[in-house]
Formats: sequence, structure tokens, C-alpha cells
Amino acid sequence: MTGKLSLRGVRKSFGDTEVIRGIDLDVGEGEMVCLIGASGSGKSTLLRCINLLEPVDDGTIRLDGVDIAEPGLDPRPVRRRIGIVFQSYNLFPHMTAAENAMLAPRRVHGRDRAALMGPVTALFRRFGLADRMDHYPDQLSGGQQQRVAIIRALAMEPEIMLFDEITSALDPELVGEVLDVLRQLHRDGMTMILATHEMGFARELADKVCFLDGGVILEQGPPSSLFSAPSQQRTRAFLSRVL
Amino acid sequence: MTETHGTVSAAPAVRPTRRATYEARVRRRSTTVAALSTAAVLLAVVVLVPMAPGWEAVKRSFFDAEVFARTFPGLLNAFLLDIAIFAWCAPLIALTGLAIALCRDVRSPALFPLRMFGAVYTDIFRGLPVILVVYLIGFGIPGLGLPRPWNSPYIWGSLALILVYSAYVAEVIRSGIDSIHQSQRSAAASLGLSEADTMRYVVLPQALRNVMPANMNLLIALQKDVALLSFIGPVEIFRQAGVYKSLMANFTPYVGAALIFLAITIPATRYADYLLNRQRRRQR
Ligand SMILES: Nc1ncnc2c1ncn2[C@@H]1O[C@H](COP(=O)(O)OP(=O)(O)OP(=O)(O)O)[C@@H](O)[C@H]1O
Ligand SMILES: [Mg+2]
Repeated sequence: MTGKLSLRGVRKSFGDTEVIRGIDLDVGEGEMVCLIGASGSGKSTLLRCINLLEPVDDGTIRLDGVDIAEPGLDPRPVRRRIGIVFQSYNLFPHMTAAENAMLAPRRVHGRDRAALMGPVTALFRRFGLADRMDHYPDQLSGGQQQRVAIIRALAMEPEIMLFDEITSALDPELVGEVLDVLRQLHRDGMTMILATHEMGFARELADKVCFLDGGVILEQGPPSSLFSAPSQQRTRAFLSRVL
Repeated sequence: MTETHGTVSAAPAVRPTRRATYEARVRRRSTTVAALSTAAVLLAVVVLVPMAPGWEAVKRSFFDAEVFARTFPGLLNAFLLDIAIFAWCAPLIALTGLAIALCRDVRSPALFPLRMFGAVYTDIFRGLPVILVVYLIGFGIPGLGLPRPWNSPYIWGSLALILVYSAYVAEVIRSGIDSIHQSQRSAAASLGLSEADTMRYVVLPQALRNVMPANMNLLIALQKDVALLSFIGPVEIFRQAGVYKSLMANFTPYVGAALIFLAITIPATRYADYLLNRQRRRQR
């Protein structure tokens, strides 16, 4: 058993440029894995591949032992089990925060509004947004919008959550409230993969940190060893630039 | 002018900011300038036009008060037919236009013929003058010798309008669909929504709202083009004005008809502009 999610030899090209060039990665149940690396190293692309928003060219992605990267497989059942939150929130601007969160459970799981009200309200309350449920996205601050986007993904009750630099579009004073949400999720045992530039946060909470460079994981390990004693020259160079 | 005074005195509690005071002054000055120049132009028209050599003749044949009074009620009555034709065409155009726009957006290869149909349809009907389609369909199809209710020019004339206008509406809606950023579709897909649900709940509501002003303008154009059906039979307002003209050897009924059209189209145009402006403001 290799854990909840297990990638082997994953490759992805856009046209002639190979962006993900053979990635092996294991994520255990309840683990938090952080992807770090320079801009363009392939963090976003890797996350989009895991959630099947981008079809993988080669390799396997096993979710509970079942290969989800098989060409021709219907991606939708997989996407229901793996939630993703983007840097730019991508809330639906014509719906209130609560409607944003309820759309997918209604249409995909066939639940009705009344049955969803309870659990969705609980999510909003848990992340301090109970009084913002009826607001439209443009009436919310960036940090609030990003928390709504997280709630929207959580409302599908995913088994794994992917976060793609979800704090990098936020003003510094709003970053904390979003990171708090991640801390809470980690405590509750959610399996998570984060692409992040927040090195302090990765050091504090990650079970494993992966340094991506040119589409491969150059080095991975617990934050204690990777941050204080990186074995690769390129990792050292990257860390000295961002720390 | 009284309005500006009204609003200023209506809110005496709050002291206007320097900027507000400045803007109020600029506004007052531009209102005055606009009023003066408008008055000058109107005066010139009122004084100069009657000095033209043919003015008396034109006045008699286009602006005869008595003819106007006698024909106006009949024109209004005929205009009801325009409104009726408009009223049954508009919803059908909206539905057909939406369907064609969706045809052009299908991705599945099995539905490629649908996609091609959408493209050919819009190319053809946007490429022809409306009057030509009205003639071809309005005379052509009843010419097949169809039985009683099916040879009506109302049916086929309306069909011609529906075909042409739904092609325009389809293009407008499609541009609206294209204007919705790919990241919205991505977000919907990442939640496990189907393509159909993504279109229905995420893309279309935003797209239709964005193109509302453009569609309003098409509706206004449709209201005017209803008059084209007069060429194949229905006695709507334009045709009725023609009848009066022959009867009384006077063109005033046409002026009456023009006024009736304007009474509808000017407020509608203003409303479309208002929608457009509101949308621009919102997007800023
Ligand atoms: N849809 C696409 N088409 C073509 N090239 C793409 C596409 N998406 C990403 N790329 C390319 O793939 C490479 C990796 O991009 P990716 O967005 O995964 O990097 P990243 O590590 O997330 O960077 P950042 O830190 O800036 O977000 C980049 O060179 C990018 O230009
Ligand atoms: Mg990225």
C-alpha cells in the first residue's frame, strides 16, 4: 500500500514543451504535501493533472490504488473526490457565496437546497463567514472570496484538496485568515497538496516538501531536513533566494 | 435647472465636499451652454426652413393638421398589428437564437453536423437583406398552394423575420459565451459539473447578462422591420399609411406613422443605452 495518492512517471507536454517530466510522488492519508519551486517549474500544471483538468500524457496516478490517469476515463467522478482551489478564486460572480457552494452538490450529487442548507451553513460558520453567505463575490474582500472558494470545494466533500498558490493574490494582511483555514483542515485530517510560496507555512505544517525544478521533483523530504540541509545545489540556490 | 437646485437643497445636512462643489459648478455651466446652443439651432430651423421656396407645398402635403387628425386613430389601430407580430416573433427569435448559439458551441464530435448547421445558418441569414428573405419566404412558400390557414402571409412573413433575426441574436449570444473567461469553465469542471450544467448554470447566465444591451438593440431593429411584412400583404401601419396617402393624396399619414414608431423606439433605445452604461460602470 502506497497511501492515498501515488504518482509514477507522470508526464505532460504542451505542444513541443514538456512541462512535467516524470514525477513520482506519494501522499498518505491526512498528509499535507507542499510543492515549492520557481515560477514555471510546473507546480500548477501538476495540480491540474492530478485533478484531471489537464489530461496526463504518460505515467500513472493511483487514487486508493485505482489508476485515474487512464486515457479515456471519465474525469468527472474523480473530480468529485479531489477538490482544487485556484490562485484567482474563480468564484461564479452571478451567484451569492452560498449559491456558489451549493451549485455542485445540487447538480452533481442531486441534493436539494433545503438539505444542503445545514452542512453549507456549518462550513461558512466554521470559516468565519456565516454573515457573508448572501453576499455576491464582488461584495467580498479577497481573503473572504478565497475562503468561499475553499468552502465551495469542501461542499463536495472531497477526499483530497489541492491548493494552487491560494494566498499569492492576497494583500499580506489577508493571507493569515486563509492560512488559518488550511491549519484547521490539516488538523481535521484532510489530505492536501499545496503549491505555495509561503515557506514559513510549509516549514510549520507540511509533512513533506517537494522542490520542483524544470518539471521534475529534484528533492523531497520533511521540512526539517529539506529547509535546513538541502542536498541539491539548485534547491540551496532557490531557498537562499526566497528565504 | 430646477432639478439641480432641488437636489442641492434636498441634502443640506451634509456639507458638499470641495470636489462635489466643483463638479456641480461644471455641471451647471455645461447645462447652460447646452441649452443656449440648442435654442440657437432650433431658432435657425424655425426661421430658415419656412424661407425655403418649396416650404408651402411641403407643409401642405406632409404636415396637414386635418389629415393628421383624421388618419391618426386608424394608424394607431394598424400599429396594433405591428405590435402583435413583434410580440409573437420576439420570444421565438430569442429561443431560436439561443438554440443556434448553443449549436455552434457543441464540442462533441458526434454533434459536429449540428455545429456546422449553426455556422451555415448564421452565415446565410446574416448575409441576406431582410426584405429579400421576406419576399422569398412570404411569396415562395404560400406559392406552393398550401391549404387555407397555411397560406397566410402572417405565418410566413413572421417566419422570415424569425429566421433572419435569430441569426443575429445567435451571433450576439455566441460572442457573449466567448467573453466568459476559460477559468470559469475550469472552476465548474473542477467541481465535477457536466458540460451541459456548466453552460446552463455558469456560462449562459453571465453571457446573457453581458449581451443584454446588444439584444435590446436587435429588438428595436425588429420592431421597425415588422413594417417590411406590408410588402407581402398584412395591412400594418406602413401599409395603412400608404392606403390613406392614396385616398387623400397627401403624405401626412406617413409622418403620423413615423411619430408612432418613434414613440416606441426612442424610449427603447434610451433604455438600451441605459443598460449598456450601467454595465460599463459595473465592469469598471
Ligand atoms: N495551457 C498551457 N499551454 C502552454 N503552456 C503552458 C500551459 N500551462 C502552463 N504552461 C507552461 O508550463 C510551464 C509550467 O507552468 P506552471 O503554471 O505549471 O508553473 P508554476 O510552477 O505553477 O509557476 P508559477 O509559480 O508562476 O505559478 C510554464 O513554462 C508555462 O508557460
Ligand atoms: Mg502556478
